[in-house]
Amino acid sequence: MSTWRNHQRSEPAISTASLPDIVFMLLFFFMTVTTINNTELLVDNELPEATAVNKLDKKDRIIEIYVGTPKKSLEKVLGTSPQIQLDDRIAYLNDVVPYVLGELSKKPEAVRNFVTVSLKVDKEVKVGVVSDIKKELQKAHLFKVNYTTYQGNDTNVGF
Amino acid sequence: MRRTRENPEVHAGSMADIAFLLLIFFLVTTTIQTDVGLDRKLPSDDVINHIDVNERNVLRISLNKNDELFVEDRVLKIDELKQLAVAFLDNGGATENQLRCDYCKGTRDPKSSDNPQTAIISLNSDRDASYGTYVMVQDRLALAYRELRNREAQRLFGQDFTAMEEKFYAAETNEAEKATLKANVERIRDMFPLNISEAELNVQSQKLA
Repeated sequence: MSTWRNHQRSEPAISTASLPDIVFMLLFFFMTVTTINNTELLVDNELPEATAVNKLDKKDRIIEIYVGTPKKSLEKVLGTSPQIQLDDRIAYLNDVVPYVLGELSKKPEAVRNFVTVSLKVDKEVKVGVVSDIKKELQKAHLFKVNYTTYQGNDTNVGF
Repeated sequence: MRRTRENPEVHAGSMADIAFLLLIFFLVTTTIQTDVGLDRKLPSDDVINHIDVNERNVLRISLNKNDELFVEDRVLKIDELKQLAVAFLDNGGATENQLRCDYCKGTRDPKSSDNPQTAIISLNSDRDASYGTYVMVQDRLALAYRELRNREAQRLFGQDFTAMEEKFYAAETNEAEKATLKANVERIRDMFPLNISEAELNVQSQKLA
């Protein structure tokens, strides 16, 4: 009888055998949902927030243009005025048209008409730079643009 | 000395640690990229804007270099912009039969816009205004359009316009459903077309001055 009682008292250890499975599941989840940013940003890119947003198209129908002030570590080389980043290099305004047309020609022909230019512009940048880029895009006959933003909060709009 | 025949068991206890290490590594290195934004269509550059519009059909919004918002030469807080845009678009002031807007619920002020089709919001931004404010203004205008479109979609089809659009773009919606959704979405879009013009002429005159 005493042995029976002892057996009841000592609680069974929780099996940790399934812990790796759970963690692996989490790992795979994160690996699939995150998109790895494969261009190294040379400029600060704190996007503005917006609430009435549309979802961006698939990745293969997007051409990205980054604008922002150079990162702190690159300030000595690039200065402090806003710069345009195409792919992984800093470019001038008149490089925009050749770049977007080059990117466009790399896309499969079937999606070329649906290509959107995603403007990832830091919120501190002046509008003038952006409107210059838009004028360049008009020259390249790429009229679909997306002001890429962070998803803002719906609740602080109502007031 | 006698060797044990069975293979020694691989110790699986540290597997969790390894997996956690990997997990934390991925969490730290990946930046979740944003995939939302405001879609806009630029005007084509060879079309010169010489459309004759009545002054009452234009809502002039401008942003100066100090990020201050002006609507028709009056300073306005950004938070009030949405209500003002809704009132302007939804006014429906026209009295003639073919221009009359039956679904408008506005005040029908003869000094404001005739109907949502002819109403144009002219957004003009100084080159030195900050992009963050500019996007905020664009967002508020988009919200005004969204509110009106949602209202009409609720009245006609019993669901939000945003929900209809989402369903239309979703891959799992079947073809037949898509066709009807497309017609409905376009009908709502025609009721409140997104007429936001960023007049190039004004920008150029600013540069010269």
